[in-house]
This record gives sequence, structure tokens and C-alpha cells, in this order.
Amino acid sequence: MNNEPIIEFQDFSFKYHSQSEPTLHDINLKIYPGEKILIVGPSGSGKSTIGHCLNGLIPFAFKGEINGHLKVKGNETSSLNIFELSKMIGTVLQDSDGQFVGLTVGEDIAFALENDNVSNQEMHDRVQKVAHMVDMQVLLNSSPFELSGGQKQRTSLAGVMIDNVDILLFDEPLANLDPATGKTAIEIIDDIHNKSGKTVIIIEHRLEDVLHRDIDRIIVINDGRILADMNADELVSSPILRQIGVREPLYITALKYAGVKVTRDMHPGHITSIRIDNSLEALKVWHRSIKADNYMNKHSSIINMENVSFSYDGIRPVLFDISFNLIEGEMVSIIGKNGAGKSTISKLLCGFEKQDSGTIYYGGQDLQSRTIKERAEIIGVVMQNPNQMISKPMIFDEVALGLRLRQIPEDQITSRVAKVLDVCGLSPFKDWPISALSYGQKKRVTIASILVLDPRILILDEPTAGQDFRHYTEIMRFLVEINKLGVTIILITHDMHLMLEYTPRAIVLADGRKIADTLASIVLTDEQVISQANLKETSLYHLAKLAGIENGTDFVQCFIDYETGLRNP
Amino acid sequence: MNVKLKLFSYNLVDTPIHRLSGFTKLLCFLFLTFGVMFSYDIRVILGVMVFSIVILIISRIKFSQIRLMVIYVLIFLITNAVISFFFSPGQGSSIYGTQHVFGVLFGHIKLTWEQLFYQVTKFFKYASVIPLGMIFLLTTNPSEFASSLNGVGVNYKAAFAVALTLRYFPDVQMDYHDISLAQQARGLDMSSKARVFDRLKNALMIIIPLIFSSLDRIELISNAMDLRGFAKGKTRTWYTSKKLAHLDYIAILVSLLILILTVCVSVFINHSRFYNPFI
Repeated sequence: MNNEPIIEFQDFSFKYHSQSEPTLHDINLKIYPGEKILIVGPSGSGKSTIGHCLNGLIPFAFKGEINGHLKVKGNETSSLNIFELSKMIGTVLQDSDGQFVGLTVGEDIAFALENDNVSNQEMHDRVQKVAHMVDMQVLLNSSPFELSGGQKQRTSLAGVMIDNVDILLFDEPLANLDPATGKTAIEIIDDIHNKSGKTVIIIEHRLEDVLHRDIDRIIVINDGRILADMNADELVSSPILRQIGVREPLYITALKYAGVKVTRDMHPGHITSIRIDNSLEALKVWHRSIKADNYMNKHSSIINMENVSFSYDGIRPVLFDISFNLIEGEMVSIIGKNGAGKSTISKLLCGFEKQDSGTIYYGGQDLQSRTIKERAEIIGVVMQNPNQMISKPMIFDEVALGLRLRQIPEDQITSRVAKVLDVCGLSPFKDWPISALSYGQKKRVTIASILVLDPRILILDEPTAGQDFRHYTEIMRFLVEINKLGVTIILITHDMHLMLEYTPRAIVLADGRKIADTLASIVLTDEQVISQANLKETSLYHLAKLAGIENGTDFVQCFIDYETGLRNP
Repeated sequence: MNVKLKLFSYNLVDTPIHRLSGFTKLLCFLFLTFGVMFSYDIRVILGVMVFSIVILIISRIKFSQIRLMVIYVLIFLITNAVISFFFSPGQGSSIYGTQHVFGVLFGHIKLTWEQLFYQVTKFFKYASVIPLGMIFLLTTNPSEFASSLNGVGVNYKAAFAVALTLRYFPDVQMDYHDISLAQQARGLDMSSKARVFDRLKNALMIIIPLIFSSLDRIELISNAMDLRGFAKGKTRTWYTSKKLAHLDYIAILVSLLILILTVCVSVFINHSRFYNPFI
């Protein structure tokens, strides 16, 4: 390529004022017009900081010390302000909910134009045109509450494209999306890239999902440095991903389990491009070698939901005739797209809401007459965002809160809290202020503050949302430990990996109805369930097809059993 | 819960009032409010009040939506009336220049028809602003509200802040609801059984998490706004601002006429801001 780079980092480093060490060191990177780049790295690697340097949030909103050069379209960014930069680089932030500025789709798309004093008439014309490009023209008057996750993403995209920027920057576009919507989001980005020829930069740690479509180059960031700059085939066949704790695609993991050496000649970057002609036998041998695990749980039922229906407004049913049975000591996931009624089930179990009809039994007793407080001693719920639960400055006080409110003598509290902190690996931080903890540690504090009440059942709402592979693994291993102590765990999630790797059984909801209640391997390979619940077929299934293994579901189950075996030798 | 959520939020139905531009509604609101604030003539005040109640009905606002607000204002007005009576029970007589006593309170405070009339007038004067304000708030979408504030000269950043507050009100309410339930599960007693001091302390346990989770939200939205050029210029335009239609001119004209009428009544008929039935 002989043309000028559109973005050029030269010996660039950055240190936040609030931190003692630089977050980025010696970044040298050239990006050329029309390229499609993925920046991957674990949490805290500095990948988001690179994004903030590009779009001007550094130094506009986050102050710090910059060394070296960063040029965008030949202009030194230090000579530009955030508004000038925003005319060249459009940013789509994660969480399309939170960044919805307008009250309607049209208004949100027009936001940048409003700030540019564009006349009302021209504004409406341009909004129409851009809305057409992202296929939102009929929804211009809808409010954000009426939109699906994918539609919100399209709106955000239109909102930055309206400025006719040359570079589109996506900061963790998949973070809050369910699998099917995430897949669509990647397709939208790819289509826009192909149609408009704009330079696209995606910052994301969900590698396999981004690789659903082609990527020109992948930049790997770790500890503030560029570790690799290569294409998908090279990266996936290298050991880098495992070293830095970014999840490799599942089909690659499966191939490695089968003893196949993944090389770049196999084109392993995408499930659609990979050639496994020489590994078929290895896969089949591996598949046959795995003994089915025995999931028969001999315990008795702990929760029994019978024909439960519920509606918030008395008109639109949110849950309809739901029945299921939870066995003591199991770990189960409840999945389904947003608004399917997953969280409502947890609210009914905790008594936050009362079902309109049907019965919930706990160990054979009807829960109807129990108050929220009484139920909390049996069923604990951990909310998704730890900030929504933490109300004390010190860890000990936060964990002790539930006991103090129950007027338990202080000496008993001290020993119970100490025990729970120990289980949660928080003992070394006992006297720390909560503000000094990382997100994952805060999550543990909230789990500890529920566990201290000694519930038999723990419900967690998206326990791993927004976590990279390392933290995800950390949180999930911790939950497995707790599960081994005999606590029944219900995970409300749309993370397919979580379901695949940790919960043998999944209950699937769609539009308030239970559409499946079976093995995770069956859920993730059943076309009808996948489409109704906004899931995505796992790449393991594709791999099985490629390898000519007839029973793909069984192959996925073998993968799960093998992994469980690795965790519990 | 859902009824509560709609308390202060804009209700979307299609009525002639909703179709008016936000600018028109703000202007009419100001004209009419100024009218009733200027005049102490109970005939004029009741006239405007009946007029605004008719508009309230036309815009299909349900009483359940404004009940809480009405109760608050009534409590305020009644306290205000009682206090101002005890501070100056002779105010009415000094305004109207006569004294018709019909009773005595605590042996020395004279109850006069003048005072009663004055206070009733004042009560309705303030009460008549409620329907006007409610119509404006509940029929104007927050963005349009911001654009109309900006239209009458309020700084656009301040105007936008108001719109954002209204826009996020339901979200924060929902957060409050969720946090409150989660804390109750940990044993927080929010019922009236708890003592007042405990209840205050308990409220903190909901408010602190609410503040922290709202701060997350604020950082996100302010970054999103910066990245799309908010506050770069001295002025901005508004996607929702509507061109004034016939109906708008009629509405402005009608409310302007009412304002002129109230002023005229004072100047030419009453020869003062007060209507005096005692002479």
C-alpha cells in the first residue's frame, strides 16, 4: 500500500493523571484508508484507552500525559479538539441504551446536526437518508423503549454516520447484546464497511463473534503495548491468545483438545474458511473417546414452579404458564432474549412481585405467604451491576449489613462475615474501602453480602457481563466452588459460553413462554430454539458438520463433558 | 408500578393541544400565568381556571396522572393560607378599605368578610396555575420543551439539561424500585413499622447505590454527547422544533387576548389590581 495512513501512532504513550504508571507504551501503528481493523486485548490492557485517544475523549474528558505523536488524516491530534476529531472519527460506544440522547430514533440520529446548527428542513432530509442506509426509516418516530438491541445499534451507527465521517470506531459493540443480535451487529458493520469504504476500527474482546465476518488485521494489545499485528489466520494459530487471556474461538479449542496442531495454512481465522481435511480422523477419534458424563442428580427438588403466569399491567402477559423443577445443588441457566421474562422469574422467586396465577413451592411448601425478607433467607439475588447494591464504604460493613438488619449479635456477625469473606477470597481485603476494589472484586463483595445470609439458592443476573475471559473464568470458578458447597445456583444470562461450559441444563424462555428445558448442548444446536431465543448456533456444531460427524449435538455434549473432566480431574 | 412511572412523563396521545408547538404552549402558559398573577379579580381568575380545566379535558389528561401534584399543591396552599391569616388578619380590610366583621377568634382576632374574600381570591389565583402547568408539562415532549425554552431565550445547555432530566426520570425511578427491593431482601424495613430515624437511615441504603449507579449513567451519556459535538457552538438547532401552524397563531392570539382582557379589567373597570365588591 503506497497511500498515506489515515491514522498513525508514532512512539505514542499515555498516562492517566490518576495513575502512576502509563497505560499505553510506545505505540507504533499505521492504519490505512478503507481498512477494517480489530483491536483485541484483555480488560485493562489499554485497548479502550487507544479508542479514547482516537476519538478525543482523551484528553477532553479523561486527563493525562501524552507523549509521542498521533496523526489522524495527517493532522496532529494534539492540535485538534474533540469536536474537530468527531468530524473525522465517529464513535459508537458500548451500551446503545445509555447513549441514546434523543427521545425518538430520528431525534437521536439528528443530534450531531443539531449541534452544528443545521436547519430543521435539511436535518429531516439528511436523517431520512442515513436512516435508509441502516434500514431504520420506518422507525424514525419510535422511542428507544420500543426498539430491539439491534435496532438501537443501528440507530447509534446512523447517529455517527450522519456526519459523513471517514473512520468508524466501535468500542465494544457486542458487550450488551445477545448472541443473535451480536451476530447481526457484526453483519451491519461489515455491510456498511463494504458499501461505504470507510475505515472501520472495532475494539472488542469477543474475538470469535467479531470473526463472524472478515477482518483485515487484528492488533493485539496487552499491558499497554502492541503484542501482535497480524491477520486472523495467523493470530488464531499462534499461542498469543492463551497467553494474554483472550478466549480463542471454540472450534479452535476443540481442535486442540483433539490433538490437532492448528496452523495458518488451515485458514483457521473463520469457521467458514477453515480447512480440516487432514484432521478429520483426529476429531472423530477424540469424539469417540469421551465417555458421557452422568448428570443424574440424586437430590430432591428444591424449587417447583407450577403453571405460573404474570403480567405487570394486567394486560400484556410477561410470563405465561411457566412450570419447572429445580433440583437441590444444581447449576442451571435461564436464557432468552431481552424482555423474554428471565428477570421476572427471579423477581417472582424473591417475592419482589407476586404471580397472578400458579404456585411456587420451596421444598414442597407454598411460598405465597412468605415476605421478601423471609424469602431472602432461602433465595438470594445478586444484581447485575454491583454499584446497584453497595451502600457501605467498607467491605466488612457491606457484607455484615444483612445480618445487622436482622439484629444478630455482633460477635456472631464477626465470625459469619469472616467465614464468607474467606470463601469469597476477600479475607486479605477485609479492612479495605470498597472504592479501592476492581469491578470483579466488587462483584464478589455483592455475592458475599448475599451469601452471608446463608441462602439455599443463589440467583445471579448476568454475572459475567462485560468481563473479559480471565475475569469471566475467575467469577465462574468461584461460583462453581460455591455450588460445590451445596448452594443451588440459577444464572440469568444470554452468554452462550457460560451456559455451554458451566450449566449442564438450560431453561429457555421466549416471549414469556418456556420453549425448552434441556441439556445445553441440545439448546445450542436446535435451530428452532436458537431462532426463537435469539441465540446463535455454536461453532462446535459447524465443526462437527465439517468433520462429517453426524450427531452434532452429541459432539457438542462431548466437548462439554471433556471440559468438565478437565476442571474436575 | 407502571402507573407511577407515568407520573411526570409526557403522555403521548394525539389531541389539538399535543399538536401545538412547544414554543406556543410555553408562550400561552406564560401569558395566562402572568394574567392570573397580575389580577386579583376573582371573576377573571375563575374564568381562566375554567378555561384551563376545559383545555385539560381536551388534552385527555387523566386525574390519576396529576393527583399527587394536586395534593401537594393543595397542602401547600392551605398551609400558606393559614399562616398568612395569622400573620396579618387585617390585610383584607386594609386592601378593600372597609371592615365587615362576622366573628372573633381567640377573643381578639377579628374575622372579616374582606379577609375571607381576599384569601379565597388568593387561593384560586395560585390554584389556577396548576392546570396550566400540568397541561404544559404533560403535553409537551421533553425535547420539544427544551427547544421551546431555548426559543424564549433560555441558554440551550440549561434547556437541554431539563430535557435530559425528564428523559431519564423514568429510568432512575425504575433503578430506585429495583434497588429498594434488593435492599429489602437483605432485611431493610421500609414499612411504616420502623421508627422515623431508622427509616431515614434506611433510605440512605437505597439512595447511595442509586447515586453511584446514576453516576455511571451520567458519565456514559456525557461522553456520548461530547463525541457528537454537544456544546461546541453558541447556538444549536432542534430536530423537534415545529414550524408554527394556524392553530399555533390562534392559540397565542387567544391567550394574549385573555392577558389583555385581564389587564383591561383591572385598568378600566376595577381601576386597581383588586376587584372590590365591598363598596
